[in-house]
Amino acid sequence: MADIAAPSSIAGTGDSRSSLHKLMQRKSTVAFLMALPLILLITILVAYPAGYAVYLATLNKGMTRFVGFGNFTFLFGRDTFWLVVYQSCLFAITAVIFKALIGFVVAHFVHNIPSKGQRKWRGMLLVPWVIPPAMSTLAWLWLFDPSYSAINYLLQPLGIDRIPWTGEAGWARFSVILVNVWIGSPFFMIMYLAALKSVPEQLYEAAAIDGATWWQRIWYVTLPMMRNIIAITALFSLIVTFANFDIVRVLTAGGPLNSTHIFGTWAFRVGIEGGDIPLGASVSLFMVPILAVAAAFILRDITKRGSEV
Amino acid sequence: MTNVAITDAPSTRPAYGSMSSDRRWALRWSYFFLVLFAIFFLMPPIYMLITSLKTSQEISAAGNPWWIYNPTIENYLELLTQNHYLTFFRNSAVVAVCVVIITMLISVIAAFALARMKFWGSATLATGVFLTYLIPETLLFIPLFKMFAWVNETFDIQLMNHWWTLIILYPTLTVPFATWIMIGYFASIPKELDEAALIDGATWMQTLTKIFIPVALPGIIAATIFTFTVAWAQFLYPLAFTTSTTELVLPVGIITTLIKGDVFNWGQIMTGALLGAAPPLIIYAFLMDYYIAGLTAGATKG
Repeated sequence: MADIAAPSSIAGTGDSRSSLHKLMQRKSTVAFLMALPLILLITILVAYPAGYAVYLATLNKGMTRFVGFGNFTFLFGRDTFWLVVYQSCLFAITAVIFKALIGFVVAHFVHNIPSKGQRKWRGMLLVPWVIPPAMSTLAWLWLFDPSYSAINYLLQPLGIDRIPWTGEAGWARFSVILVNVWIGSPFFMIMYLAALKSVPEQLYEAAAIDGATWWQRIWYVTLPMMRNIIAITALFSLIVTFANFDIVRVLTAGGPLNSTHIFGTWAFRVGIEGGDIPLGASVSLFMVPILAVAAAFILRDITKRGSEV
Repeated sequence: MTNVAITDAPSTRPAYGSMSSDRRWALRWSYFFLVLFAIFFLMPPIYMLITSLKTSQEISAAGNPWWIYNPTIENYLELLTQNHYLTFFRNSAVVAVCVVIITMLISVIAAFALARMKFWGSATLATGVFLTYLIPETLLFIPLFKMFAWVNETFDIQLMNHWWTLIILYPTLTVPFATWIMIGYFASIPKELDEAALIDGATWMQTLTKIFIPVALPGIIAATIFTFTVAWAQFLYPLAFTTSTTELVLPVGIITTLIKGDVFNWGQIMTGALLGAAPPLIIYAFLMDYYIAGLTAGATKG
């Protein structure tokens, strides 16, 4: 497997027959050979498994018999499955909306302050994104601990009684979204900050001369100028959030009573831990429609921008 | 868009001599909310640090959890001398470094071919690279799991439960991303540059190593940092593919060995998590600008 890495294919021109030699000199051949490791990797380890998942989903548990849509009809009849569908959508959509909102607000605050201090703030605010999610989620798990919760300790003087952060379905759903927002909003902040800086200052000056309020400036100048980046960042984040695994796995492991399972964690539970690989593959395939729609929108945006240039 | 991604220059807002009181208040509010957000964003890592410096007696005592009464480095000493922690760290480091080398070799060369040399199907392949970048690992781990079992049955090569298996697996996540970033960076280099080199008789390989790599160095550094971060943080693949204590990498190792049943040794877990988060954080602290350039390039370069 490691052979894929070495670009040895380029040097492999031992035969010096002139026709072969000429072929090797051709630009397109050289280019193809240079891209060959990439093509092999994508084919063997990404495209093939993705197709293989579809095949696996049509087998029975022992993987001995073809059952067609048997796994899917079995899933449709299970309450847990619909709970997972509901939770996946709730988790992804709510988290992306809050990430986008917080990212937008924080980006504005950073943009507001004098530019020499911006680097420091930006650096501090991006820390959640840099820490490996599995590690930072552990810290949250400890902050949410049922008996020693440090957050509950802080909330106590405010008159808020012990909150069962990961113990009760509603709160557990809130907690996984909160942690996801915590990890993801710095990314939005960085993207929006870069976009804010690209808005020409003249537009704001013109708006100020026309007597625009701060709200009108945001609504008529900033938002239209940032529309592309807002859309593409949200779509990217939707894909990543929808396919999330680490946060839910570490924080609640799907509990209590499967209420926080999303497709990724439930597929792991069913496929790897439960030993039913075909069923696990079927569960994970339910991510495809949403991923495909988001990918189509992103691609459209990219090709549009490509033709503009 | 290109400028946004690469040079994240500080905004050149003209400094007005006298700030209106309106703006002064806006500034105060900005600082106020920034402090609030900074507290929210930095609370977990700070609490990790606080807990890591406590004894287990103090952790289970009823006092203020945000204060350290008897600071100790016991947790660090214990963790760094036993508990397989050093094995996890070594596994993580070797895997991450190998993945970075493999990824950068494959993706820089392929990105050059795709961005500059154009061959039959190269445009389709570039789109394909982008699409594979969008395929999450949660979709791939089950078929890969089955494929590895098949490799074991057919060729008698056991890929499961070895840390080096991760070196094969991680490039599925890092190569499409790194190639995508590099295509963007290479495409922004003026055509005249490589045409001049080719006229002077340089081969394609020389054009790549002598011109493209030096010019696109910031992009390469950004892609390298990202590859390292992804390889270091990956959680699902090691959880699914490795089980023996000697084969685990950091994130999975901390969770499976330090949590025994319902007994959480929080002092050590937090120490382990903090030390595990240290390498990406240190790299980030020194190369923040490259990191941010890569972050914005990944999505906006599109």
